[in-house]
Amino acid sequence: MNALTLPIIDGLTIAKRNAIKIKRSPDLLGAAVMFPIVFVLMFAYVFGSVIEVPGMSYKEFLLPGIFVQSVIIGAQTTGYTLTLDLQKGIFDRFRSLPIARSAVLIGQTVSDLLMNISTLVVMALMGLVVGWRVHTSPLEALAGFGLLLLFAYAFSWVTATVALALRTPESFNNVATMVSFPLMFISNAFIDASKLPGPLRLVAEWNPVSTFTQAARELFGNTSTAMKTSDAWPLQHAVPVSLLWIAIILIVFVPLATRLYKKTVSS
Amino acid sequence: MTDAIVAEGLVKKYGNVTALDGMGLSVPAGTVLALLGPNGAGKTTTVRVLTTLLQPDAGRAVVAGCDIVRDAARLRSLIGMSGQYAAVDDHLTGAENLEMVGRLYHLGAKRSKKRARELLERFDLTDAADRPVKGYSGGMRRRIDLAGALVADPPVLFLDEPTTGLDPRARAQLWDVISELVAGGSTLLLTTQYMEEADRLADQIMVVDQGRAIAQGTADQLKDRVGGNRIELTVTDRTELEITRQTLAWLAVGAMQTDAEGLSVTVPVTDGPESLRQALGRLAEQGIRVRDAGVRRPTMDDVYLTLTGHRVAEDRQHTDAQDQEITR
Repeated sequence: MNALTLPIIDGLTIAKRNAIKIKRSPDLLGAAVMFPIVFVLMFAYVFGSVIEVPGMSYKEFLLPGIFVQSVIIGAQTTGYTLTLDLQKGIFDRFRSLPIARSAVLIGQTVSDLLMNISTLVVMALMGLVVGWRVHTSPLEALAGFGLLLLFAYAFSWVTATVALALRTPESFNNVATMVSFPLMFISNAFIDASKLPGPLRLVAEWNPVSTFTQAARELFGNTSTAMKTSDAWPLQHAVPVSLLWIAIILIVFVPLATRLYKKTVSS
Repeated sequence: MTDAIVAEGLVKKYGNVTALDGMGLSVPAGTVLALLGPNGAGKTTTVRVLTTLLQPDAGRAVVAGCDIVRDAARLRSLIGMSGQYAAVDDHLTGAENLEMVGRLYHLGAKRSKKRARELLERFDLTDAADRPVKGYSGGMRRRIDLAGALVADPPVLFLDEPTTGLDPRARAQLWDVISELVAGGSTLLLTTQYMEEADRLADQIMVVDQGRAIAQGTADQLKDRVGGNRIELTVTDRTELEITRQTLAWLAVGAMQTDAEGLSVTVPVTDGPESLRQALGRLAEQGIRVRDAGVRRPTMDDVYLTLTGHRVAEDRQHTDAQDQEITR
């Protein structure tokens, strides 16, 4: 065992602990399954009956957006769970053990990724039920899900950082809601952003949520020639820019969260 | 005998609060030292510094041959720690909790499993092994937490107020477990607010107040230090208390204590039986009716009062907030 494998091995041990916790908390698991079902139905039939997009059904347009929304919400589990654990003695135990400092965060983000995978599976099945279809090759579709999960994993580190800075579940929830809602709604996830007025359109075009949604639409083939993609650079190169976003998020937030973790639990 | 734990001049500050103010101690290998003091005295902070959970602002310490700052990573595999708040996961079963700790000590899957079962048996938790810890009683939680500290069979152990909040029966059970452990030759640093606990479990007791050690010795040595015996007299009426105090003042070799509720006066004296005889004579001359009288050895409460000027438990209320701040 060395400095490179140790954090991963310890991280997996802790991920296993978290997975058992999820398994034994019906409310958590229920939320992870129910939430996508409710969202798909609500958006598909409520928004779907009034919003029209040129050249395709709104449901096909919508589903990739809902996928992105669900991983953003799913990734918040990481931060929320960390704030809960911070209130208990378990971190003291972890800290007094000969394990890598990053192991606790790796464990948490990995188990939350597992949860996000199950949410995404339920959501995709729900999507198929309401009429969403993949129009690309299986490989491209797989790449679409892979991209969403990479984003989910990276975003877990963002919520971990916020959680370790704020420390309490209440303040974490407040900030998470306040930040994630504008992020999700001032984007092309639910609407055709090119119809937004000037400044809002600019925000929507450069919002990473739009980039990820556009990338998912391309990979699943949920686009239409009748609907012109915005000229904004991130949307013209949605897949590579998404990968760039993921890399940037990981490079910034993994060390930041690890440093905050050390500081938080040792003071 | 070599020291398993040595600390010198440890200082830890939180803003304006000085939690440790030049704390020093040494624990020879295979012995038990109890840190005795009220909440906020710096006991928990001392344990957190010695177990690498906190970095001291000044001072140095060596535990199991490792410097707590420079060799922190190596040190963690040589110590076991069980804290004030049971560090176990509610959703996991007792066995899963211990197995996880074993895996994190890198014992491997098989050994972790085996070790978990051994410890569960030793701590009388076999029946509860496969139930989530959520349903455990307070005493069981402390036992599983203590078992967690022992997974890697560490040579040096830290127990931070292991029985705080437990009922007397659970406390006695835990004492038995700890006594057994200590008989096995482990070095143990224990913190407690209970005189009886320190008296019963420790070879040496260190009295801690305001972030530093103020006295150390065996229970008997500490009691001797505060002077020979105590005579305790109970009168029949409240009005007689003051006269009793005045009458007996010449016998006292230290501060007298008056218990207005219990109508008693305690006087530290040099020679117990002789002082008692004289005290009763004088009080009879004054016409004071004595309901009860006796000679007793000083308790650890007397020790604490004499050394610090306050009782162990009296200022618990206003130090609680401070203590929470520190352990957060």
